[in-house]
This record gives sequence, C-alpha cells and structure tokens, in this order.
Amino acid sequence: MSQLTGGSSGGEAGRAGHAGEAGRPEDAGRWRGVERGLLRMRRTLLTAVSVPLVAVLGPVLWLAAGPWWAVLAAAPAAVALWGWGAIARNWASWRYSERDDDLLIERGVVWRGLTVVPYGRMQLVEVTSGPLERHFGLARVQLHTAAATTDAHIPGLAPEEAERLRERLTELGEARSAGL
Amino acid sequence: MALLQRPEGRRLHPVTPWRRAWAPMAALFAFAAQDPERARQGVESLTAGRLLAVLALLLPAAAAYGFLSWWMTSYTVTETELRIRTGLLFRRVAHIRLDRLQAIDVGRPLLARVVGVAKLKLDVVGTDKKDELAFLGERDAVALRAELLARAAGMAPEAAAEVGEAPARELVRVGTRMLVVSLLLLGSVWGSLAAALAVPLLIWWASGSLWPALAVAVPLLSGVWRSGVGRFLTEFDWVVAESPDGIRLDHGLLDRAHATVPPGRVQAVRIVEPWLWRRRGWVRVELDVAAGGNEGGLLLPVATRETARGVLARVLPGLDPAEAAASLVPVPRRARWVVPLWWRGYRHGVTQTVFASRKGLLCRTLSLVPHAKVQSVRLTQGPWERAFKLADVHVDHGANGTVAARLRAVEEARAVVAAQAGRSRTGRRRARPERWLT
Repeated sequence: MSQLTGGSSGGEAGRAGHAGEAGRPEDAGRWRGVERGLLRMRRTLLTAVSVPLVAVLGPVLWLAAGPWWAVLAAAPAAVALWGWGAIARNWASWRYSERDDDLLIERGVVWRGLTVVPYGRMQLVEVTSGPLERHFGLARVQLHTAAATTDAHIPGLAPEEAERLRERLTELGEARSAGL
Repeated sequence: MALLQRPEGRRLHPVTPWRRAWAPMAALFAFAAQDPERARQGVESLTAGRLLAVLALLLPAAAAYGFLSWWMTSYTVTETELRIRTGLLFRRVAHIRLDRLQAIDVGRPLLARVVGVAKLKLDVVGTDKKDELAFLGERDAVALRAELLARAAGMAPEAAAEVGEAPARELVRVGTRMLVVSLLLLGSVWGSLAAALAVPLLIWWASGSLWPALAVAVPLLSGVWRSGVGRFLTEFDWVVAESPDGIRLDHGLLDRAHATVPPGRVQAVRIVEPWLWRRRGWVRVELDVAAGGNEGGLLLPVATRETARGVLARVLPGLDPAEAAASLVPVPRRARWVVPLWWRGYRHGVTQTVFASRKGLLCRTLSLVPHAKVQSVRLTQGPWERAFKLADVHVDHGANGTVAARLRAVEEARAVVAAQAGRSRTGRRRARPERWLT
C-alpha cells in the first residue's frame, strides 16, 4: 500500500493537523487526501484562463478607453490571485476514509459536505480519467447508489489508487449487497 | 414478407388501433398551429371535393398505421421478465425484470371503460417512463397483473399462470363527504380561485378591453379546475386494500385507476397536514416508490390520524407515525438568524425504524424514511450556517428523493450522520427478501 500512496505523502503530511480534528477519533488515522496533481492541474487551468485574459484586457482597455480604464483589468487578476489560494484550501479539504462498513468523503471549505455511503448500497463504481487528468496522472472515482441525489465522487486520485479503490469497493459491495 | 412478420407472443386488444388513429390527426393540427396563416388559406380553398379527397387519403393511412403498429406489438412473459416488442421500422424490445418490479397499475380511462378494455402500467427500477401495455381486455389485464405479481413474488412458473387475483381485504374507504370538505379546507384551492377571479378583473379594469382578461382567465380557471374538481375526480371513492401482493389502491370517478404496490417497495412516507385540517386531525399520506410510482405517490388523500396510523402500519410494518412525531426535537434558537420565521417549523427525530424530519409552519410535512431504505447520508454546511454552528443532514433514499433534517447543531448533526450509517446497516439486515414469497 505504501508505494501506492507514496505520491501523496507530502500532501498528507501537510494535513496532519486537519485530519486530527475529525469527528470520530478512532478513524482519524485512516483519512486519506487527494493527489497533489489535482492542485497543480487546477492551478494550471486557472493560469491558462486568467493570464491571457489580463494580458488582452489591459492593453485593449488602455487603447480603447484610456490608461485609467486599464486598471479594470486588475479585477480578474485579483480574482485569480484569490483563486490561487482558494484552490489550495479546497484541495486540502478533500479527504476520504474507508471504514469497515462505509466510505466517508469530506470536502469543501466555504460550503462543507460530508457524504457517507454504506458499501452494500453501491450499485456501480466508476473510474474516469480525461485527457487533462491523464496528463497530470489523475483519475476520478464516482460512486452510484440507487438514489440519484447521492453525490459521492473523489477527484484527483492516482490511477493505481483509483483502481485499488474500485476493486475494493466492488468486492465489499458484493459481499454486503442489499436490494433497494 | 419478412418486414411485417408478426412477432411471437401475446397481442394487445384489437381496439388498440383506434387509439393510434389519432396520431396523423395530431400531426395535422400541429402543422396548422405552427403556420396559422397558411392553414387559414388552406381551409378557405377547401371545397367539398377536395375535403373528401383528403379524407379518402388520410383515413386509410391512419387506419393502416394503427393496424400495423398493433400488428407489430406483442408481449411475452418469461420466467424472469416481461418482454414487450414494439416498433414498425425500428423494432424495440423492452425487457422488464420482474424482480425489480415496483408497482403495477391497471388504468381504466372513461372511454376504455365503455369499450371494456384497460391498460397496464409497470413501474420498474431503471426505466425512465412507465412501460405500459395499452390496451388489454379488462379480464386479461387483471389476470396478467396477477401473473406478473405471482412471478415477481417468486412463485413457480407453472403455478403463477393460474393463481388468479389474490384476495384483498379493504382497509379504508374515503367517504365523499370527507373528501369534499377536505378539498374545501385547502388554502391552495381558494387561493387559485381568488386569483382566477381577481386577476382578470384587474386586467379588464386596467386595459378596458375584454379579450386580454379572458385570455388570462382561461388558464387560471383551468388551474382551479385541476386543483379542485380534477382532484375530486381522481380521488373520488379512494379505497386502500391489503392483499398478499401488496397494497391495492382503487380510485377515480370517471377514469378508474387500480394500483398495486408490492411489499417492501415503499422508500419513504410523507404525512402532510394543511393548516385548516389540523384542528380536525386530518392528514394526507404520500408514498415514495422507486421508479416514479402511482399518481404522484398518494396513499390516502384524506384520513384521520388514527386511520392513517393503521394503514401505515400495514404498509411499513413496525412504523408508528405517532412515535415518530413524539421523537421530533426542535432546532436550536439561533437558527432564527439563518431561516427567519420558518425556523420553528424544522424538527427532526429518530426512532427504531425510521428517520423522521418535519418542515413547514402552516402546512406541515412529516417525512419518514425507514433505516433499511437509506442509500447514503450527507452532511452539508454553508458559510452562513457555519457562522452559527449549524448544519443540515440529508438522507438519500431509493426513490430519487432526499429527506433533510435542516439547521441542527453541528455536533448533533455529526453524531446523527455517524449513527444513521450504523442504523441503516442493521436496518438492512432485518429487511425482507426481494421476492416476498420466497
């Protein structure tokens, strides 16, 4: 297991304090975070959008309306700067824990959410990985139950970890399966 | 001809093509509505001869379409599924797994009652719309429903074909007087009636011309019709009966509907108490069944609390609404800063069998989810709630619904989430098997 989670060890060490404040102390040690690649991917996306926006908006406003109007281009820059930090906080908030009978997923800084899915209720476990996610070595696990309102997904897992999680969840789901 | 080879299996009632004959007419109307100017010119240029020619062309075409689509439709019942074959050019076979059957309705619209046919609607998990067999002979429909239910229950296939209708025991019959009084005590009926009278009058007064007022009045009055008279027509003579197949619901004045909900299919129950009903101790009971369900999931349009309690004990064994209502705990006082006024309405409680949550001030809704039906548990907290140390607990159930216990103290909410996961697990262990006779 250690080689599988090795990639995210830095992230977990950084969140040791965060994990300590979990609701149930006996589970505190078993929380896992998501890969650092997710942070890099989101920051890359943010840069790819905001830098060209500021670079184009500034000169265009300068030429069209005057130098004072060009200051308006600082607004998206400020939003991007705030986003840089917000992405890090959001990334650090994602964590999941495999307990004996259910999977816990916790996420969010401003809007917080905690989802508990009993293994026996899983209908389908899906692992997806888009081109961008593959570039950053990431995969996403989505759990489906019979209720469409169940919002249980974990973004930014290492592909091996996603694979392992899928295998384990499917196995546990079969062992504990129950009807509707 | 291979293209029109009759598919194997049983066929529908021969009256079915007449229903289909409406399709070309509807297409004509749609065309006329889309381009009224040209349609008007078309009508003006019509002479008797042309009209006859068009009819001579259209009627056989409609008849042929109706006949062929009836010809190409058939159904078979196998050990595990019901297969429905449809489609003239694009063949479609619907495989309906009987062990996933959630409810079967026999519908008898007014015209169909005159002719003596009925349609069979099937609710199955994983299909979008209700698959229906329309139309079957009335006796065939009842026999087929009995057979499908027997097979779904896990009976031997030879025996299933001739079990016939299982005996039913009547639990409640809603009286006409009670139904009328209950509808008259609904704020929504009077509200829509007042709006239907006031808004057109205002428009008439403001614009000074009658036509815009009439244009507004027609949809408003149709709303009044639907919420008042329409409800009376569908909820008339509401009978709840109990049989080994599950709960039977019979209702309707003009269109008779007959629904069956097999045991163990109910995912959640809602007990609604409109403001003016409360003094009389009346309630409305709604059910959530996976895959849509019957007529908006109504179990009882109106009943006294005691009656509702008795019926619910049959639908979900071990469920006691009075006990659930007694377990409700109000939210902390500081919740008034998050949801002013209405914060008093939110309550939450847990009993041995259900997760209970109440909301609403004037019209109270008590939602109950059996622990065994809980699919996942969620805790959410927005920034404003976090400032007041409050959080919401959501419980998702299999009928694509969520029951939320809002505005709980955050420590309590965390404890509820942790405990609920455990309760759902043990609740499931006691659950009944999918095939209820095995």
